[in-house]
Amino acid sequence: MKAIVSVFARDRKGIIAYVTGLLAEKDINVLDISQTLMQEYFAMIMLVDLKDCPLSFDELSQYLAERGEELGLSIHIQRQDIFDAMHRV
Amino acid sequence: MSYLLNSNDILQTIQMIDQQHLDVRTITMGLSLLDCADPDLSVCCRRIYDKICKRAARLVETGTQIEKEFGIPIVNRRISVTPIALAAAACKTDTYVPIAQALDRAAAEVGVNFIGGFSALVQKGSARSDEILMRSVPEALAVTERVCASINVGSTKAGINMDAVAESGRIVKKTAELTADRDGLGCSKLVIFCNAVEDNPFMAGAFHGPGEPECVINVGVSGPGVIHHALEECIGQRFDVVAETIKRTAFKVTRMGQLVAQEASRRLDVPFGIVDLSLAPTPAVGDSVARILEAMGLECCGTHGTTAALALLNDAVKKGGVMASSHVGGLSGAFIPVSEDEGMIAAAESGCLTLEKLEAMTCVCSVGLDMIAVPGDTSAETISAIIADEAAIGMINNKTTACRLIPAPGKTVGDTVHIGGLFGDAPVMAVNPASSEAFIRRGGRIPAPIHSLRN
Repeated sequence: MKAIVSVFARDRKGIIAYVTGLLAEKDINVLDISQTLMQEYFAMIMLVDLKDCPLSFDELSQYLAERGEELGLSIHIQRQDIFDAMHRV
Repeated sequence: MSYLLNSNDILQTIQMIDQQHLDVRTITMGLSLLDCADPDLSVCCRRIYDKICKRAARLVETGTQIEKEFGIPIVNRRISVTPIALAAAACKTDTYVPIAQALDRAAAEVGVNFIGGFSALVQKGSARSDEILMRSVPEALAVTERVCASINVGSTKAGINMDAVAESGRIVKKTAELTADRDGLGCSKLVIFCNAVEDNPFMAGAFHGPGEPECVINVGVSGPGVIHHALEECIGQRFDVVAETIKRTAFKVTRMGQLVAQEASRRLDVPFGIVDLSLAPTPAVGDSVARILEAMGLECCGTHGTTAALALLNDAVKKGGVMASSHVGGLSGAFIPVSEDEGMIAAAESGCLTLEKLEAMTCVCSVGLDMIAVPGDTSAETISAIIADEAAIGMINNKTTACRLIPAPGKTVGDTVHIGGLFGDAPVMAVNPASSEAFIRRGGRIPAPIHSLRN
């Protein structure tokens, strides 16, 4: 299953390294990545593949949220289908 | 960003959910109770309870799973059932209150906040079971928490059953009296319809019509906040731009609803029925239909121009949503419940929005006079007359109209009725003091309208 991971935080060094580290730890492959700065806020969006991830979607979602909080990051994961549905005819 | 997705689109969706109250308002399971009939009331109650608990056992859990995986808030899970006047017609009894209690217990057991269908369809006349049901409504709404009732008193094909209209006024009054300790809360769970639809997923007017399949999943989307935000981007632009902006936004919102509906249908192994494209406001700031109308350039909702603004909004929502879903149904359009809409409450409190203007607005919105508190001493006949006016608008214009009026005991103009939760607070609005008593006392039927010579 493919999913979108979105990360929002005040900009600082090491956010990408930290988040990709979390994903690698759970055997998640990053397919694509994009980042942007909105004023001083950092927004990163990643398309990831969950096929080798041992966690259930729920567990993963909780894991990312908790580990994100440790660094003051807001990390969410959503199935890709929602974005496809809303923005593609 | 990717070969698949554009990061701006993703950020837009996330903002819609996080900041603009985008949500799926309800996943409603429609369930036929026709096979629960039995002459013995207690057997009928047991069958109804068992069937609901069995079929809807996974409804709440499935909604929660979808909510988590897709990151879309799904506010309510609900159940609509066959109108009880049909399902219970075989029972040898003179009250259906025990059935309402069975529905309430089943709703609590499966964890839904409302169950709709304590209903009768009497647009042309009342069968014995319809009369029992209507008599049972006030007590049923007083002794249950989650049961919603509705009565269809008219239709474009049948005309208006004025005996049922007269009776409905008395039912509304009695319901308010029996729940006087809660500001007439029972009335917020009672809808009097003209041209009721069989597949509406929204409460309090949902029921599972006799033309519906055994079991079905209907989804109601919402999103006044999203439309409002989109309109803030086109201040001063021509109406063509306004209509286009609403259409585009409604399309996206509906696509999300369609996705949720398909997922819920697949996971529950229940056929998908319809997506109801309604803008359903909540009392939360930023989730108001009135504020959309004001964003079009009106100083306050209710002033001159409000009906035109609402007509544009209602039509554009449908046009945008229709292509986004394989089956659109229910009430689809913009709801204008006063107590459930922060902007409507403010407009009513300021005196700019009156009952008469709301009546005009119901000619072009999706339903009718919704969640309106009127003085507690309003007579049953006046309430019936308001219902008759609203039914006439629906009958002549071939649309659904409804009344959900709360004659709050002991309250008068200037007071506020505190219903709480999703129902919000309603300022008591003035009704016309002149009597309609002799008009309502006539009874009989207003004939169905002619369908040619339309002027």
